[in-house]
Amino acid sequence: MALDQTNDAFVEFQRVQKSYDGETLVVKDLNLSMPKGEFLTMLGPSGSGKTTCLMMLAGFETATHGEILLDGKPINNIPPHKRGIGMVFQNYALFPHMTIAENLSFPLEVRKLGKSDREAKVKRALDMVQMGAFGGRRPAQLSGGQQQRVALARALVFEPELVLMDEPLGALDKQLREHMQFEIKRIADNLGITVVYVTHDQTEALTMSDRVAVFNDGRIQQLAPPDDLYEHPDNSFVAQFIGENNTLEGTVKEINDKIALVELDDGELIDCMPVNVSKPGERTRVSIRPERVETRKERLNPDAHLLKAEVLEFIYMGDIFRTRLRVAGNDDFIVKTRNAPDTVRLTPGETIEIGWLPEDCRALDA
Amino acid sequence: MSDATETGRVLSADGTPLKKSLNRALRVQKMRALALIAPLLIFVLVTFIAPIADMLFRSVENQIVSDTLPRTVAALKDWDPESGEVPDEQVFDALYKDMFVAQEQKIHTRVGSRLNYENVGMSSLFRKSGRAVEKMGDLYVDQFEDLNDAWGEETTWVALMASPAYAQAATGWLAEQDAAKKAGQAFTKAPPAFEPAPGIGDLLPQTAEAFGQFADFMRTEEEETALDDEPWTLVYTALYNDLTAASEAGIAAYSGPQADLLKEAKAAVATFESASRKAQFLEADEDWGDVGVWQTIRVYAPRYTPGYFLNAVDKQLGPDGITDQPENQQIYIMLFKRTLFMSMVITVSCILLGYPVAWLLANLRMRTANLLMILVLLPFWTSLLVRTSAWKVMLQQQGVINDVLVWLGLVDDANRLIMINNQFGTIVAMTHILLPFMILPLYSVMQTINPSYLRAAKSLGATNWTAFWRVYFPQSVPGIGAGSILVFILAIGYYITPEIVGGTTGTFISNRIAYHISSSLNWGLAAALGAILLAAVLILYWAYDRIVGIDNVKLGG
Ligand SMILES: Nc1ncnc2c1ncn2[C@@H]1O[C@H](COP(=O)(O)OP(=O)(O)O)[C@@H](O)[C@H]1O
Ligand SMILES: [Mg+2]
Repeated sequence: MALDQTNDAFVEFQRVQKSYDGETLVVKDLNLSMPKGEFLTMLGPSGSGKTTCLMMLAGFETATHGEILLDGKPINNIPPHKRGIGMVFQNYALFPHMTIAENLSFPLEVRKLGKSDREAKVKRALDMVQMGAFGGRRPAQLSGGQQQRVALARALVFEPELVLMDEPLGALDKQLREHMQFEIKRIADNLGITVVYVTHDQTEALTMSDRVAVFNDGRIQQLAPPDDLYEHPDNSFVAQFIGENNTLEGTVKEINDKIALVELDDGELIDCMPVNVSKPGERTRVSIRPERVETRKERLNPDAHLLKAEVLEFIYMGDIFRTRLRVAGNDDFIVKTRNAPDTVRLTPGETIEIGWLPEDCRALDA
Repeated sequence: MSDATETGRVLSADGTPLKKSLNRALRVQKMRALALIAPLLIFVLVTFIAPIADMLFRSVENQIVSDTLPRTVAALKDWDPESGEVPDEQVFDALYKDMFVAQEQKIHTRVGSRLNYENVGMSSLFRKSGRAVEKMGDLYVDQFEDLNDAWGEETTWVALMASPAYAQAATGWLAEQDAAKKAGQAFTKAPPAFEPAPGIGDLLPQTAEAFGQFADFMRTEEEETALDDEPWTLVYTALYNDLTAASEAGIAAYSGPQADLLKEAKAAVATFESASRKAQFLEADEDWGDVGVWQTIRVYAPRYTPGYFLNAVDKQLGPDGITDQPENQQIYIMLFKRTLFMSMVITVSCILLGYPVAWLLANLRMRTANLLMILVLLPFWTSLLVRTSAWKVMLQQQGVINDVLVWLGLVDDANRLIMINNQFGTIVAMTHILLPFMILPLYSVMQTINPSYLRAAKSLGATNWTAFWRVYFPQSVPGIGAGSILVFILAIGYYITPEIVGGTTGTFISNRIAYHISSSLNWGLAAALGAILLAAVLILYWAYDRIVGIDNVKLGG
């Protein structure tokens, strides 16, 4: 992804590095540019440096190197309380000794707003997250989901243009989490705020974001809209990390602009789209999404390279069937087929042929 | 419901009411729990509850006066303390009897010391009179013995006063003792118990009582019989009184042992020279003519007294009721106030000094925090005495701090600061000593305060100070509360440090308590002071609970 140097960038990281101990870089050369109003998610495994990036943006950590710009102005030397950035913490960080209304009133008080102003804004913010009836309670008297809403309302009540959320739904159960994902997205869209959202849950990232930055090892591996990320992963880490994915290892045999012929480790040949390979002889990892694999004979292109597969398991999952195959020595090759009237149910032990369109099969880095 | 009877009570499987079987099941658990804590419970009861109960009892207990001077106390009931006149002969006679027995038992000085707390001078009065009473009866002894030598014989007295059974047993016991002595054997048999002769109590009531006491005294204190020694002079005096009072006919009708001797004496007593007890006592010590002495005895006659508590608040109980102590003896209220004030100053100093340290401890990295923690705990590994003495070295006029200040030119050599043997010294040393008790609860509370609260506050626009004051500080208040209670309660009863560095202006009420326990031996007053101190702490604790809430006190987690 090219560096977006346009002037409408609202948040910008320029060659930012961060080290806590002076020995290892936790964030290595981070470049990121967000326009106003974008919902950007930082997605990555634990320890990949997402929180650190967020903390640098919020001002609680200083970048070891590089520049962070907010609305075009460098903020490295602005203390956190002057940055005007709303923040939702994973543990919510609601002040336990204040009521909900006092919690929400706090940012307005430190901004020296009048009493009636404060009350109106607090009420509006609480109503926005449907917590209007709970203003007099203490945080400990609320459920996790309710605390979450209050934390969100508190981060928004002083009308910041940028809101940071660090795994805000991590402590909620699955159902509540899905509900809140929807709600956060709705509120963010309504208010038109810019959001940097951190999560390690890829479904969350895909469903909520305008763009997702996949982090690993202190670097952004890929920054792209969710569909791009899923369908066109730039490298095998992203392909593995986002969604379900089948990998086959092999060596590039022939290559041109549009197509690469890869010889798998057991000698079979397949056609792939070259993404991260450039010359014959290179090792590669080939990635195919489970739902892009074709098992129906009549749909297979007899001219293309096909692979033999042994059915190991066939699982009925309602809307789909999930079939586990042994392909080219890989026992974990998954195929998902839609439960349609004409779908053939496979039986374990059966041997079939499988294939796919060359553009669905991406030859990535080894 | 199938498990419920018509009455609505739920039954368990075997038909007993469910509540009952549940209780039975729980009782076993409770007993087991009780057995586990039993050793500690017993330990606490014996070493903590019992001494406190004993202290509370001692602070009102006053049995020594009525136990030692029973006849005097009874006789004084009829005396009018307002009359301004010394009691009559009857009271002095009772005092003579009480004093005689008491000085034989050597306990007359104790009651003297007790009354001396209330009326200075009574201790020496009792000591002096103790020696005098011994001789007061000599007059009668001489006259009876002049009349008939038999009155000087122990056997005469035993035959007259004791039952034949006792006389026989005593003679037998003496013979056995002699035999054992001759054979060189140890003799451990107890002397026989005294029994009065039948009817003698009616004939010679005072003599019988006095002789009975003499015989009991011989048996319990000397481990001998009444045959071993001539009776007390008190007995002769009593005999004189009885014979003077008895009717001719009564004595004439007596036909028991020694009847002739008694009749001879009855005939002679009228011619005996007699002495007034009042005169004798006044001769022994003219203070007996002081109405105040008698008033004191009368006021402190009851078995329980509020006197110690009144003394502890600079009041006294006199014949006219409760009055203020003389101005120059009013020290306790002042000491209580000073103790409370200094404890508060020490507590506040501990908060001011301990809070930043606890904050550092809670926010530094583990390794550094542990190192710092060792420094905080270091004082615990040193003797209290050593730490206090170290402050003496630091603070005295020729001490380290003064030397440094003089060397720096901040203080003139001639005007070195006085920092010890006053309140300042006590406050400095005790703040240092009690600091860990503030830091530890603060630290454990602060550890539980998630740093994200501060970050949240700052992200909401609060400056560092606002974030601390509005968000962090309120959450650390339970730690301050716990530390303050701990430090304050420890400080209020502190003894060693103020004793060493307090001088006269920096001592606490506890030093006065210690003085009364070990030097003046006025345990009752010490107990009353201690009880007041205990009550003060409990009241403060209660007030704290009302204001802050004891649930808000956290020593950790
Ligand atoms: N305050 C800190 N001091 C030292 N190392 C830290 C600190 N915070 C995070 N790290 C290290 O930086 C790396 C990235 O951490 P973080 O940004 O929290 O990752 P993520 O949020 O993606 O899980 C981790 O290896 C973590 O151990
Ligand atoms: Mg994180």
